[in-house]
Amino acid sequence: MTRDFVKNRVLLTLVILLIAAGSGLAFVSHAPNRLISGQGMSLASLLHGIQWLLLLPVLFLLLFSFFTPSRPNTLIVMLLAEILLFGLTSLTGHTAIALTSGDEDSVARTSLGGAFWACAALSLLIASDAISRFTKNHTWRILLNVQVILPVVALIVSGQLSELSLLKEYDNRSDVFNDALLQHLSILFGTLIPAILLGLPLGIICHRSARWQTPILSVLNIIQTVPSIALFGLLLAPLAGLAKSFPWLAEHGVSGIGLTPAIIALVLYSLLPLVRGVIAGLNSVPSGVIESARGMGMNRVQVFYKVQIPIALPVILTGVRIVAVQTVGMAMVAALIGAGGFGAIMFQGLLSSALDLVLLGVIPVVLMAVVVDGFFKFLVSMLETSRR
Amino acid sequence: MIHFNQVSKHFAGKAVVRDLTLEMAKGEFTVLIGTSGSGKSTTLKMINRLVEHDQGQITFAGEPISQFRAEDLRRRMGYAIQSIGLFPHWTVEENIATVPQLLKWPKAKIRDRVTELMELLHLDPNQFRQRYPHQLSGGQQQRVGVARALASDPEVLLMDEPFGALDPVTRATLQQEVARIHQLTNRTIVLVTHDIDEALSLADRIVLLNEGRVIQQGTPLEMLTKPATPFVRDFFGRSDMGIKLLSLRLVGERTRRGERINGTQEPIAASMTLREALSVFVARHVEQLPVVDDAGQPLGVLHFADLVAERSEA
Repeated sequence: MTRDFVKNRVLLTLVILLIAAGSGLAFVSHAPNRLISGQGMSLASLLHGIQWLLLLPVLFLLLFSFFTPSRPNTLIVMLLAEILLFGLTSLTGHTAIALTSGDEDSVARTSLGGAFWACAALSLLIASDAISRFTKNHTWRILLNVQVILPVVALIVSGQLSELSLLKEYDNRSDVFNDALLQHLSILFGTLIPAILLGLPLGIICHRSARWQTPILSVLNIIQTVPSIALFGLLLAPLAGLAKSFPWLAEHGVSGIGLTPAIIALVLYSLLPLVRGVIAGLNSVPSGVIESARGMGMNRVQVFYKVQIPIALPVILTGVRIVAVQTVGMAMVAALIGAGGFGAIMFQGLLSSALDLVLLGVIPVVLMAVVVDGFFKFLVSMLETSRR
Repeated sequence: MIHFNQVSKHFAGKAVVRDLTLEMAKGEFTVLIGTSGSGKSTTLKMINRLVEHDQGQITFAGEPISQFRAEDLRRRMGYAIQSIGLFPHWTVEENIATVPQLLKWPKAKIRDRVTELMELLHLDPNQFRQRYPHQLSGGQQQRVGVARALASDPEVLLMDEPFGALDPVTRATLQQEVARIHQLTNRTIVLVTHDIDEALSLADRIVLLNEGRVIQQGTPLEMLTKPATPFVRDFFGRSDMGIKLLSLRLVGERTRRGERINGTQEPIAASMTLREALSVFVARHVEQLPVVDDAGQPLGVLHFADLVAERSEA
């Protein structure tokens, strides 16, 4: 009976969770300055009079979980979630302005609370679930997902949220932030390029020769089990030694700490998923296809570049995607050996117990991981739609 | 065209093909048949050097195949296999154009050739040119496979159980297509199969292999009527051998021309095999069938008793 009654269980679950989080946790917290931990304020205490209308989308979303998720309905659900996200975000900005009574130089801090983060995350989940029900086309999915966040971006750009502690921290440190972004990206690309240049040939060797596959994979497996901090430590002594005995290397930036050991360690970690991806990709090429390619008169090189690599590419790219996302995350730890990046901001926040500073380091990394992940998924889907 | 002289092939010390001597004449349709492990596929692959023979000599167009560069040799021979092996990332057009591309034909010539081949194999060029293999049915994929093998107008067409994975109806249609292409172009074809009916209906000459040796070779009729050993008789079937013989003969050969019968029976075509005609006799419970020619004009009458007649053998 209930199965006929509730038409969209996913939506119902998410809305119930959203209501629970919104009513149970603190929506924002306010502190006279950044060193004192803040006073939590609930969502209900922030809503006055007409502002209660902000919660109207929640009511509608609840209603829609009892309707069949047809295409028009899913589109409405997405819009409702988007409006809710926009409303709640804008509420935090206004609250922050009200609490500092418009005094721009106020040292008082208004931070986002658990309820806000939970509600924002759940709204995004509702929207993204609705989008994936709405269309199977990857390009449309990506475009729709991007437009969900656009209103929030508009709020940030227009300065409506600038009294929030998170943005104040950004304001104070925008130079550091921009540097960190550049460093993080250079760690990412500095890792990906050598990792691919090494991983591709290793994967091909493993695919061609069973004799080499076992030892290569064993070594890579062992590397993967070494904790990242330990690997950074292990690289410290030999690299410092190298730089000391060959000053030429030191001039080109090789030293026991900094970018070089970080990239070496991250490349080593990347090799296992990459090599596995290459092997799986090459194994996915049907033997009949290779036999006819040779039977048609292609030479080894032509079979490899015209047939094996193009067919294996989606699987190989999936390996690269895993490595890219993993590298974005692990680069945080590389800040410990002076490689910079968002990890530096996060650790600074941790050491000074400034939660908003921690978030300033973590949120961009999460976003970067999502973007990188989406980019590679999009590439793979573009390759696959034309053939599968 | 292709000549095997005392050819042997060993895999890991075990002989797969032993002392094979074969002659495949120009324009002849040769079918290599045998049980699995008889060496028939290996024999085929030795022709285009996908498998290198280790004793004896194979010549193609009068030259030992070892004199050719393997790639050049293969580009002069069409090749179609059971799993079809179409390239999943290429369109039908790109697949068919594989060998012409390798031979660096001009673009316009390739395009015309693809259109021509698609029409030859009854694939509408406008509809299928830009499709990907996964968008086609099994039969359509194999049509593309055959078209691809024919693309550069090769002197020889090699086919390794090309219709093995198809359903019986599609298989029969494609067998007719290949027979038609053979008649049309008079190309040398070597086909490997384990399907006896396929061999009997397509071959000019059948080569029966067992454990890497030729047991007997000859026309389909010789294989059925003059089996060299009990193995050959068993292989082609003792019990239904008569039926198989009938499948080699056409209705037109036994029709009593000029005769007419009264009644409204639906006539049968002269191009039908006697085996199919037998089926019609039994299904209709009759002893005489009216026969029409290809144009649909009355030709004569086929009598049930004439099915067993010897006169056309002479």
